Amino acid sequence: MTEKLLVVFPHPDDESFGCAGIIAKHIKEGGEVTYACGTLGEMGRNMGSPIFATRESLPLVREVELKEACEALGIQKLRKLGLHDKTIEFESIETLSDMLLKVIKEEQPTKILTHYPNYAVHPDHNALGAATIRAVQKLPKVGRPTVIAHAFSRNHEDHIGEADVVLNVTEFMDTKLAALKAHRSQTENMLKGVELQLSNNDPEALSFFATERFWVVDAEQFDLSE
Amino acid sequence: MKQIDTKELQNQLQAFVNDTVYVHLETTNGAYAAHHNEGFLSAGVFLRNGRIQVERATIKGDGPYRIGIKLPEGWLYAEGLTHFEKTPTQLLIAGLNAEGRLAVALQLSRQPFGDQNKGVDAND
Repeated sequence: MTEKLLVVFPHPDDESFGCAGIIAKHIKEGGEVTYACGTLGEMGRNMGSPIFATRESLPLVREVELKEACEALGIQKLRKLGLHDKTIEFESIETLSDMLLKVIKEEQPTKILTHYPNYAVHPDHNALGAATIRAVQKLPKVGRPTVIAHAFSRNHEDHIGEADVVLNVTEFMDTKLAALKAHRSQTENMLKGVELQLSNNDPEALSFFATERFWVVDAEQFDLSE
Repeated sequence: MKQIDTKELQNQLQAFVNDTVYVHLETTNGAYAAHHNEGFLSAGVFLRNGRIQVERATIKGDGPYRIGIKLPEGWLYAEGLTHFEKTPTQLLIAGLNAEGRLAVALQLSRQPFGDQNKGVDAND
């Protein structure tokens, strides 16, 4: 059976920061990937340097960048959930999880990658991660897809322990850079510094690129009902 | 967007006086401000498609600029404005820092600002 990964993140670029390697690895091993992207990053602060976007044009810019990043990673299918950046935590988790349940039923993933609720810094990350896990709770227990989560808040390991999956993704470093570069409006400034650090073999930059960490979560451990 | 020319922008603001218009008002530090700097009080405000009646609209300052809009029963105010862009129906004004990051936005429109996320295909 072909392994099928469903990635559920709220913002164009969440799939590239910290997760590009696992996605590229899954695809290289013959797996399929669908990316359900929550928003178009309407509230992003970066307007380009020099400035090339406005508050109104930014989502259109980021939609194009998202498609290019998916191409760079080899993601076969992109679904846009139509939510508004920075508002996801204010939506009903039942409505969100029903929407995601529909996506899960249609895509039939063997594995789901999302943000770890409460440990993923941005309120949208935490809320969409929780809604994804809530959707999995609504599936029959037998035959559920595995859920793996991305966590990176301050001191997260003190609360949730060490990662269950630690991947060396050095092999996919060029792919990861290409995906990050595709998100030009968000990453252009940052990457100038990072590329310089990488060329100088800076340990922190190398570690950011070479290692990705994920937690396998049991949907039942979360109390998410509204 | 281009850097604010106060004379030109004052003229553009004037065109909205005595109109009831849609407003987008926003200020943010970014969701990662407190992640990168523990103890930082991250604050932000976002209002999209509020309806206001513009009684008077004035730009002040030497750059970055301030704009105050007088309403029949109150005020609307934004500080730190640096750039603007006029479209046929919208006046987009923003405060962008040296790295091109949006710190504040004040936008007026005669029609509702669009639902920018048109690519809804989750429920096709």
